[in-house]
Amino acid sequence: MRGPEPRSPLLPGLAALALVTVYVIVLLAAERQAVIIALLALAILAVLAAQRLGVLEGVGRSFAEREDVLGGLAILGAVATAAWFHDNHFVLLLVNSVLLYAVATLGLNLQFGYAGVLNFAGASFFGIGAYTSSVLLAHTAVPHLLALPIGGLLAALVGSLLVVPVLRTRGHYAAVVTIAFALLFKTFLEVNDVLGGPQGMQVPGMKILGWSFNDNIELGRRIELSFYLNYFVVSLLLLIAAFVLVRRLERSWIGLNLDALRLDETAARCFGLNIARWKITAFLLGNFLIGIAGALYGMLGGFVAPNNYTFADSLILVSILLLGGIGNPWGVLAATLIVVVVPEKLQAIQEYRFLLYAGLVILVLLFRPEGLLPRPVRRYFPAWRP
Amino acid sequence: MNAALLEVRGLTKKFGGVTALDGIDLAVERGEILGLIGPNGSGKTTLFNVVTGIYGADAGAIRFEGAEIGSASPQKVHRAGISRTFQRSRLALPLSIFDNIMIGNHKRLDQGLWFNLMRRGALRREFEANYSAARTLVEVFDPPLAERMSEPVAGLPMIDRRRIEICRALIGEPKLLLLDEPSAGMTQDETAELMRDILQIRDHRKDLTIVIVEHEMGVIERITRRCVVLNFGKKIAEGPYQQIAADARVQEAYLGAA
Repeated sequence: MRGPEPRSPLLPGLAALALVTVYVIVLLAAERQAVIIALLALAILAVLAAQRLGVLEGVGRSFAEREDVLGGLAILGAVATAAWFHDNHFVLLLVNSVLLYAVATLGLNLQFGYAGVLNFAGASFFGIGAYTSSVLLAHTAVPHLLALPIGGLLAALVGSLLVVPVLRTRGHYAAVVTIAFALLFKTFLEVNDVLGGPQGMQVPGMKILGWSFNDNIELGRRIELSFYLNYFVVSLLLLIAAFVLVRRLERSWIGLNLDALRLDETAARCFGLNIARWKITAFLLGNFLIGIAGALYGMLGGFVAPNNYTFADSLILVSILLLGGIGNPWGVLAATLIVVVVPEKLQAIQEYRFLLYAGLVILVLLFRPEGLLPRPVRRYFPAWRP
Repeated sequence: MNAALLEVRGLTKKFGGVTALDGIDLAVERGEILGLIGPNGSGKTTLFNVVTGIYGADAGAIRFEGAEIGSASPQKVHRAGISRTFQRSRLALPLSIFDNIMIGNHKRLDQGLWFNLMRRGALRREFEANYSAARTLVEVFDPPLAERMSEPVAGLPMIDRRRIEICRALIGEPKLLLLDEPSAGMTQDETAELMRDILQIRDHRKDLTIVIVEHEMGVIERITRRCVVLNFGKKIAEGPYQQIAADARVQEAYLGAA
């Protein structure tokens, strides 16, 4: 007989969070390439050392179980980072990208991490969201905030075209279906003059109740805040909502259903699971999240073009998921940070970013197949003890 | 109440040129433990797979409680009250013991999207009730195992995996339990232990009907009152173990022509 397990300690998660926040601020502030390279090397060494010492598992558990506290602190960390760079357009755009890519990858995580449906058209659904906001903001009077859920719904709707082939095929074959869709989607955008053809289209800035998101914010006469802070607030709220949604889904009977059918479809059917229902739920919900993220990303960037939503971009989303730890939302956040920020800071490798991603994925699969933060066993209610 | 719980008539299943089941007739009475035996490849597992809807039958009828289930999907068969275990353990290895058992209770859990996402308080009550139900069930098999409900199944020895598989099949309170070679891959001691567990379950639930596929004849002799013998997809004998063990055709099927 063992006593009830104690709650996982808060400290590892707390320390990791503080370290990451400080590190991210320092890295984002660094300008000289030598400093940046040194910082990245330091991070790699630190992670390797942490793995050697078995600290990463503790961090993962801490995040899984003390999410209430750590989640709040992570939000504070993000806000602190944004505040630090309050007048720096470039960095704030980057931070926004991290937040929105994280939302999209959380959607992918629902599909692949839980339901096992590999989606190689993530960037296409992201693009559907972005094009939706472009068209809606430029040509209609739809309230701008409403363009976000509409972008998500459209992505889910277009995604439902793929439902039948994805359900009929299994494993890699379903992945091939999504690859075909990604290629078709880009071609469709290129030949479609209404949507701007290969040149793409402008996206007007977001306006809510007369508040223009694309104007800098002046506080008194001396402080001017970057307009990207407007978007930061919305992106952050979106990420929080997406995170809570994915988490609650995982920690429910539906999360169990998805795991069951991913791991053994035949056994799941023998216990009454309707495979199609749950695969469709995960696929559509995932695309919905990706579409919303894309809709806001379109407004943020001010421009949409077919070349931003290629198969290669979809691969980036998948590599984030593999790197972070399939099925672990915290891993998704950590990996998005790495994959989005590093190539932007390290100019030397910008040309070779896909090489970097490929190398990174291979390294992870070789040395840490479950990703940086492996998914812990499900706890429906982390604070609950039998 | 004389009608059999499960009635199979002229059941035939072909895979290409191989006839895996060849006009099988079979009746399972309520509350009995029926042994299903036969040499390797005689069609025992195929019979389970056809009854549970994994394979469709090529000919014949399957009636469960009087209702035709011959062409029903696995989901429908399960909902009608048939649960099974698999010859090669098919647990979800990365999931916890509790999760694996809950897969077997799928039809009785609230699967609504709104309920699962938004009504966390109600979900929590349902979770707690199910947790203690699953725990009680595991305790019947092995009390120490019930202390490890939130551990992944991957780290457990074969006998515990079998126990969990049987718990997964039992948690939804089926009327008919199909056990596909529960002793596969276990030592004799472990097999004996597992059979004790199964008989204990029967003491708790007198109305549970069990069909068991088994190669260990000792097991069959001890826990079944009646056996059906298959060979090359055909039923070649039926009766109490002593009787079929003495049957010349059965001996020939197992040992070859004398």
